[in-house]
Amino acid sequence: MTRILTRASLVLLAVLIGIYLLLPILVVVPMSLNNSSFLSFPPKDVSLRWYHNLIDDPTWLQSALSSLEVAALSALLAVVLGTLAALALVRGKLPFRGGITAVLLAPLIVPYVIVGLSAYIMFLRLGLTQTTLGFVLVHTSLAVPYVLINVSSGLVAVDRRLEMAAMNLGASPVQAFFRITLPMILPSVLAGALFAFIISWDEVVVAIFLAGPDLTTLPVKMWSGIRVQIDPTVAAVSSLALVVILLTFGLVGLTRLLQRIISRRATAALTKTGA
Amino acid sequence: MTAAAGTEQYLRRHTGSSGRSRLVRYLRVDSWGALVLPLLLFLLFVFVVPLVVMLQRSFTDPSVGLANYRAIFASSLYVRVLGNTFMISLMVTAVTLLLAYPYAYLMTIARPKWRMFMLGLVLVPFWTSILVRSFALILLLRDTGVLNTTAQDLGVIDGPITLIRTMQGVVFGMVQIALPFAVLPIYATMRTIDRRLLAAAEGMGDRPAGAFWRVFVPLSLPGVAAGGLLTFIQALGYYITPALLGGPKNTMIGELIVQQVSTVLRFGFAAALATMLLVTTMLLLALASKFLNLEKMLMGRS
Repeated sequence: MTRILTRASLVLLAVLIGIYLLLPILVVVPMSLNNSSFLSFPPKDVSLRWYHNLIDDPTWLQSALSSLEVAALSALLAVVLGTLAALALVRGKLPFRGGITAVLLAPLIVPYVIVGLSAYIMFLRLGLTQTTLGFVLVHTSLAVPYVLINVSSGLVAVDRRLEMAAMNLGASPVQAFFRITLPMILPSVLAGALFAFIISWDEVVVAIFLAGPDLTTLPVKMWSGIRVQIDPTVAAVSSLALVVILLTFGLVGLTRLLQRIISRRATAALTKTGA
Repeated sequence: MTAAAGTEQYLRRHTGSSGRSRLVRYLRVDSWGALVLPLLLFLLFVFVVPLVVMLQRSFTDPSVGLANYRAIFASSLYVRVLGNTFMISLMVTAVTLLLAYPYAYLMTIARPKWRMFMLGLVLVPFWTSILVRSFALILLLRDTGVLNTTAQDLGVIDGPITLIRTMQGVVFGMVQIALPFAVLPIYATMRTIDRRLLAAAEGMGDRPAGAFWRVFVPLSLPGVAAGGLLTFIQALGYYITPALLGGPKNTMIGELIVQQVSTVLRFGFAAALATMLLVTTMLLLALASKFLNLEKMLMGRS
């Protein structure tokens, strides 16, 4: 009896926590369809007013485009640097491996306020504040650990005998990498790229330091629309941002599935031929 | 060419034909290992050097010495910010653990389908922008927000209760952000606990509750420590949520840093605050790594 009671109260608590975790997100979408400029609750009229507002105001579009550019470039740079480093960590022989890993993962740990301040101090001297390059450099460093983590876990699952087999059949090591290994870890690389994209797309703290009239990203624009007085357009932007995140999330899930299938098939094929 | 040399060295290493001294062998990098260099150099220049410059600036701007650090402790205002930061982080950690523990426990005993659902509930906010979540919390908590209006319409309260710009508001918001970081490591530890140990304890005459408290809880403590430390360390550096949900009385160090740079341009002072935050973070991490495999935890996070 007490066991059932404990279980029941546990489930109730979990339901409440679930609501607590999800409710804020669920609130945003209906609020964005609110006609009132105070976003009153419950909404009196349903309208797409704030979405129209979003489209009509060129500064929102401009900041979204800047964010897209920064995020795409950061993801690209992070994927190249991160994949190379993952190969080194998984396969290479390295002195000071622990120290090197610590440096590579440090961006996960150092508070973003500190990253923002230090980048700001540095970039002021170099004239890199409010520039795409400045944003890309910092965002890449923040995103690269996620690529490293994703690609490393993909690489560990790759059966090295496949490369050996390719080289036995006459492929050079570089060919073996591009023809065999890279296609096999491609889903992990893509997942890393998506994570990197999201990190940059969402990043606001460092961006607040680096942004200005010349270059503002979407999160900074949203920040100024919340900070002092609430601009209801932010509700529409947030809803759209949610959709983007959920889609990306779905894509990441898909890449995971692909990675598992590819690794399993390749190893199975190898075992079948008796290698 | 480079990869060929790598394979050669790989083979040589595994056939053990190297006769050099151990130090030389230790310092040798093969061509696979060399692939880490682009990222390492990139991070040195973009990440490490700016941190060092900031550190140096905290001792030199506006004058050489410890003036900035003295200024922090000389003013009761700044000392209070440090105290706030510490207290709020502590409260956030306590509340987070209190909620994360039963949630993670339920995940371990739930059916796989429900477990995936619960994991999803944790991961969706994890990947939702902090800005979007904080904005949603404002809509929820403010005087004319969802909670207050609903409670008033239901007749539970007469006038709005101030939830935002208060200590409770900050904690409520920060716990929401921190929960996933605590649930995941706690769940990861709980999952590895052999449930037969509980059965054994019960078989030897302990009550189920006794077996839970005497066997399960102690075995899950490493996960709790990991989740708690991660939560605390992250909470120390929060900026967005306290700035949006807290009042002027609950200023945390992150807000003070931004404020000092953006409104009064005291770079050296802001750098000193940031250095203190950085050193505290590093010390806590060093402490954490004494009894946790941080690398594995971070690498296994995705």
